[in-house]
Amino acid sequence: MNFLELVWLIPLFPLAGAVLMLLLGRWLDPQGPSEVAVAPGVTTQAATQPPDGRHGTRHARGSRVSISLLCPGTVLISLIFSIGAVAQLASLPERSYQVIKFTWVAGLPFFTQSGAQARFAADWGFLLDPLSSVMVLVVTGVGFLIHVYSIGYMGHEGGYYRFFGYMNLFVFFMLMLVLANNYLLMFVGWEGVGLCSYLLIGFYFHRKSAADAGKKAFVVNRIGDAGFIMGMLLMFSVFGSVRFADVNAALAGGRFPAETAGLGVLTAIALLLFLGATGKSAQFPLYTWLPDAMEGPTPVSALIHAATMVTAGVYMVARSHLLFRLTPEASAIVAAIGAFTAILSASIALVQNDIKRVLAYSTVSQLGYMFMACGVGAYWVAIFHLYTHAFFKALLFLGSGSVIHALGGEQDMRRMGGLKDKIPITYWTMVIGALAISGIPGLAGFFSKDEILWQIYSSPQGSRFVYGVALLTAGMTAFYMWRLIYMTFHGAPRADRHTLAHVHESPPVMTVPLVVLAAGSVLAGWIGVPRLWAFVPDSFRLFEHWLAPAVSLAGPAHAAEHPHDAATEWLLMAISVGIALAGIAVARHFYVTRPERAAALRQAAGPLYTTLVNKWYVDEIYDFLFVNGLGKSGGSALARFDNRIVDGGVNGAGWITRLASVLSIWWDTWIVDGAVRLTSFLVKAASFPVRILHTGSVQAYALVIVLGAAVVFAWYLMR
Amino acid sequence: MSEHWLSIVLFTPLAGMLILLLIPSRRADLIRVWANLVGFAGFFVALPLLWRFDKSASGFQMVERHEWIPSLGARYIVGIDGISLLLVMLTTLIGAVAILSSWSAIQEKVKQYYAMFLLQQTGMLGVFLALDFFLFFVFWEVTLVPMYFIIGVWGGPRKLYAAIKFFLYTLAGSVLMLLGILTLYFQHFQQFGFYTFEIAELMKLDLPLGLQRWVFWAFFIGFAIKVPMFPFHTWLPDAHVEAPTAGSVILASILLKMGTYGFIRFSLPLLPRASMDPAIVQALVILSLIAIIYGALVSLMQQDWKKLVAYSSVSHLGFCTLGIFALNPNGLAGSVIQQINHGISTGMLFLIVGIAYERRHTREIAEYGGLAHVMPRYATVFAIAMLSSAGLPLLNGFIGEFTILQGAFEANRIWAAFAATGVILGAAYLLWLYQRTMLGQITNPKNLHLPDLNLRELAVFLPLIAWAIWIGVYPKPYFEVLEKPVIEIVQRVRPDYFQHTPVLASAPLEVLR
Repeated sequence: MNFLELVWLIPLFPLAGAVLMLLLGRWLDPQGPSEVAVAPGVTTQAATQPPDGRHGTRHARGSRVSISLLCPGTVLISLIFSIGAVAQLASLPERSYQVIKFTWVAGLPFFTQSGAQARFAADWGFLLDPLSSVMVLVVTGVGFLIHVYSIGYMGHEGGYYRFFGYMNLFVFFMLMLVLANNYLLMFVGWEGVGLCSYLLIGFYFHRKSAADAGKKAFVVNRIGDAGFIMGMLLMFSVFGSVRFADVNAALAGGRFPAETAGLGVLTAIALLLFLGATGKSAQFPLYTWLPDAMEGPTPVSALIHAATMVTAGVYMVARSHLLFRLTPEASAIVAAIGAFTAILSASIALVQNDIKRVLAYSTVSQLGYMFMACGVGAYWVAIFHLYTHAFFKALLFLGSGSVIHALGGEQDMRRMGGLKDKIPITYWTMVIGALAISGIPGLAGFFSKDEILWQIYSSPQGSRFVYGVALLTAGMTAFYMWRLIYMTFHGAPRADRHTLAHVHESPPVMTVPLVVLAAGSVLAGWIGVPRLWAFVPDSFRLFEHWLAPAVSLAGPAHAAEHPHDAATEWLLMAISVGIALAGIAVARHFYVTRPERAAALRQAAGPLYTTLVNKWYVDEIYDFLFVNGLGKSGGSALARFDNRIVDGGVNGAGWITRLASVLSIWWDTWIVDGAVRLTSFLVKAASFPVRILHTGSVQAYALVIVLGAAVVFAWYLMR
Repeated sequence: MSEHWLSIVLFTPLAGMLILLLIPSRRADLIRVWANLVGFAGFFVALPLLWRFDKSASGFQMVERHEWIPSLGARYIVGIDGISLLLVMLTTLIGAVAILSSWSAIQEKVKQYYAMFLLQQTGMLGVFLALDFFLFFVFWEVTLVPMYFIIGVWGGPRKLYAAIKFFLYTLAGSVLMLLGILTLYFQHFQQFGFYTFEIAELMKLDLPLGLQRWVFWAFFIGFAIKVPMFPFHTWLPDAHVEAPTAGSVILASILLKMGTYGFIRFSLPLLPRASMDPAIVQALVILSLIAIIYGALVSLMQQDWKKLVAYSSVSHLGFCTLGIFALNPNGLAGSVIQQINHGISTGMLFLIVGIAYERRHTREIAEYGGLAHVMPRYATVFAIAMLSSAGLPLLNGFIGEFTILQGAFEANRIWAAFAATGVILGAAYLLWLYQRTMLGQITNPKNLHLPDLNLRELAVFLPLIAWAIWIGVYPKPYFEVLEKPVIEIVQRVRPDYFQHTPVLASAPLEVLR
C-alpha cells in the first residue's frame, strides 16, 4: 500500500469517529449523558429520581465496548498509516512529500507589496517531511495511549461518548495542524484544537470554574490567533502565498523586497506568528489559561495540555525556521520570552499544592525551554525536547490522574502522602517520569534538555545570561517535581481514613499506558545522543540525522559546524546534572528528612511566598485591566452610551417631532384656527343686532309687519 | 417558460399569498400547511438558477424586460449576476425556514401573518432582482409594510414603539435615496434626452465629482440606515427584540442585506468617482470599524439574549461594509460571502433565542443557565451556530471574515488590525452568552423540564448547518460565482487597479513528488 499517497486520510479516521460519536453516541452509550446538574436549592422530582431510569445502568461498562473500541481504534489506524507513511518517506531521496487534494480557499486576485499579481488562495494540501513526521507520530502514538487510558479513567463518568467524540475531534484537528502544507490550513487545525480544548476543559460544564476556564482558554488563544491572522495577511502581501514551499522558496531565494529585510516586514511577520505561538503554547504574556485548563479531565490535560496541542506553537516556529533565521531580532525575542516564561512558571510551580497545577506550570516552563532552543536557532533540538517531553509529561499527567482516581478525586497534595506502597505501578512510573524531567543521565529528558542547554551556551545566537536562567530553571524543575513525588507518595498518609480505605491501583487499561510511557521516557532519548559521547555509535543520533537537515539552512554540513570544545561540554553536562541532583536533594531535605523546615521556610519567605502562591498576581492584573476594565466596564459604558446618546438622538428626534407637533397643534388651534375663529366671532358680533331681527318665525315677521304697518299707518294718520 | 424564470421565482410567494387569502381564517392548520408549501416552493423554484447560471459570463443573466410605465420611462427589468444569485438563494431558503419556524409560535391572526410573510418574500426578492431603479424603489418600499405589521401585530410588549421606529427610520432614509435616484434620472434626461430608470443606462452618465458626492450621501443615508451602520443602528435592537422570531430572522438575515447590496449594486458602479473619493472612503471605513468594535463591546454586556444577537449583527455588518469599501476584489467578494454567512449564522442564533422564548417567554439571559443538561440537541445546534458566527475555520464565518480582512489589509494595514480585534471580541461575547445560558448548573426550576428540539425544529436548523459547513469546507464555487461581477465593479470604480505589472510574486512551485 502506498501510505504516502494516502497521507490525507490520516486525519480523517478520527474525524469519522468524532462524527459517529456526536451523531450516534447517545444510542451507543447506554449510560447516556451526564446527570442533570442542579444548583443547590433547586430540587424537583426529576433531579432526584430520574424517571426514565437511564442512570440505573451505571457501571454497566461492558455495554460501552463499542465506543471503547471505536474511538481509540480510529487513532490506532491513523498511527498505523502514519508509521507506514513515515517509513516510506525515509526511502525518498528528498524526504518531502506533498499531496494537494483541492483548492480550499479559492479567493480572487490581489496585488502584493511589490506590485505583482497573486491569488488569495490556500490548498487543502498535506505535507509530510521530517518535521511533520515527528509530530504525526507523537500525536497518533501518545494520542492512542491516552485514548486507551481514558477507557479506564472515564469509565465511571457520564457523557462517555461525548468525551471520546471530542477527543477524536481533537486528534483530527491536531493532525490537520501538523500535516497542512500551508499556514492557512494549519490555522484550521490551530483553531480546531483550541475549540476541542474549550470543549474538553469545560467537559464538566456544570462546574462554573470549568466553564470559566474553557472560555478563558479560548479567548486568550484568540488574542494570539489575531496575531497569527495578521501574520498570514502580511505573508500574503509580501510573498503572495502562504504555502510553506512558496514562502520558504521565496525566503531562501531572497525573493522579497529589499526594504523588508532587517527590522522590517519579515520581523513583523515573525513576531506576529510568534504572538500566535505564545497563545497556543502558553508563553508569557498569554500563558495564564493553561493552569486553569486543568479543570478538564486528566487525560485531556495529558494529551492536549502537555503532549500535543500546547506544542503547536513550537512546531509552528520550527516550521517557519527560515523566516526566524532571517530575523535575528525576532529570534532573540523568542529566546527571551522562552527564558522568562520558563523561570517565571517554574517559580510558581515551586509552591503550588494542586498536583495538576504543578504539572501545568511545569509544562509552561518546559515549553519555555523549547522556545529558547528555537530562539538560538537549534530547531531540531526544540523538536527533540518536544518529543521527549511528550512521553514524560504525558506519563506524569496520567500518573497524577491515577493518583486522583485512587483518592476519589482528591487533587491537593497536602491531603496525599504515603501512597507509594498502595499504588506501586503508578509510583514507580511517576518516579521514572520525574527522573526524566529532572535530567538524570540515561533518561529521555536528559538528552534533550542537556542539548538545549549546550546549544544556548554554544550557539552564536545564544548567551551566557540565558544559559544561567535555563540552568537555574533546571534546578527548580528538579525541586518542584521531587517535591510533588515526596508530597504525594512519601511520608505519612494525610488523607482521611475513609478515602484511604478505598485507595486502589488503577486497572490494567490505565497502568499499561503508564508502563509504555515510562519505557518511552527511559528509551526515547537514545535516538538523540550527544555528539560528545563519541563512544556511542552514530545510529544513536538518528533524530538529529533525520530532522536537523530539514530545519537547517544548508543541510547536514551546516548542522555539524559548531566547534565542539569537548572539555567545556563535559563540564557543562556535569554542572546541569549536579544542579538536578541538588534540586532533588533539597526537595528530599524539606519534604522527607526534615519536613518541619518547609513550614519554617514558608514563614521566613513571607511576602515572596505569598506572591508565588498567588502566581505573581498576573491573573488579577489581567482581570483588572482587560476583563473588568476594558471588557466589562468598557462594554457597559458603551451600552449606556448607545442607549442614552445614540439612541437618545433618535428618540430625541422623535421627541422634538412630537414637541413640534404639540406646538403646531397649539399654533393651529389658537393662531391659525384662532384667526379664522376670530374672524367668525367678529362677523358674529357685528351681525348681532341684525340677527335679533332674523328670528325665522313667520308669526314674528307677521307681527313686525303688522306693527310696522300700524306704526306707518299711525304716523300717516297723525300727520 | 425559461425566459420568465426570474419572474417565476419573484412572484411565486405573491401567487401563494393570493391563494392563501382564499382559505377561510378558521382553518389555521390548512393555512400553515399551505404557507409552508409556498415557502418551500419558493426555494425549489429558485434552485434551477444554480445550474442555469453561467459563472463565466459577465454582466447580467436571464434578463427579462417589459415596458411598464412608458410615460415615466419605468420598465420591468429583472436579471441576476453572481452577487444577486447568492442573495436570492439566501432569501428563498431563509424564507422557507422562517415560515417553518413559525408553526407553533404564531397562534393569532394566522392567515394575516403568513400573508404578510409571503408578501415580504416577493418584496425582498424584487429588491435583489430589479435592474430598474423605479422597480427597485417600489420593491424597497414594499418590504417596509409587511415588516411593520409583523412587528406591530405579532410582536412583544413594546411592539408599537418598535414598529413605528422601524418604519419611520427606514422611510426617512428611503426618501433621501429617492432624491438621489431622481437626481440621476433628471441628469440622464439632460445628458441623453430621454427619461429612464434603467441601471445600465444610468451607468452611462458622466457626472462631476461634486454632484456624485451629493448623490452618494443621499444613497448613503438610505442604505446605511438599512444595513445598519453606526450611528444609524438603534432601530435594530428595538425591532429585533420586539419582532416575533421569524420576523427577526428575516430582518437580520435578509432585510439588512438590502443595504449592503445597495452599496455594491448602486453606490459603487453608479457613482465610481465619489466611491473612490478618499474622504468618503475614510468616513465609511471608520464607521465600519467603529461598528465592528463598538457592536461587539455593547454585545458583551447585554442582559437580553435577543438584544445581544442584534448588536452582534451590527458588528458583523461592520465587516461587510469594511469589505465593500476596501474596494478590491477580495474585500468585495468577502463582503458578499459574509452577508450570506451572517444570514445563515445570525438566522440560526435568532431561531435559537426564539425556541427558548417559546418555552419560557423570557429573553433575560439570567433566567437561563444549564440548559445543556436538559436540551442536549439544542445545545449542540447552538454551539454550531455560535462557532459559525465566531468565525471558526471549517465553518462559514471564517471564510468571509478572513477574506474581508485580506481585502482590508491590502487597502490599509491599520484597518485590518482594528478589524482583527473584532475577531477576539466576537469569541468573547458569544462564548460568554453560551456559558450563561447553556452551561453550569440549572439554577431556575422552571428550566428543569424544558423539552429538547422536536423534529420540526431540528428540520429548521439542518439546512442552515449543512450550508454553513459547505461554505466552510468548500467555498470555491462561491468565489467562482462572485469573481466576474466583483472584478467588473472593481474595474469600474478603480480603472487603474489591474494596471500593475502582471507577474506572479513567486513562481508556483511544482508539486513535490
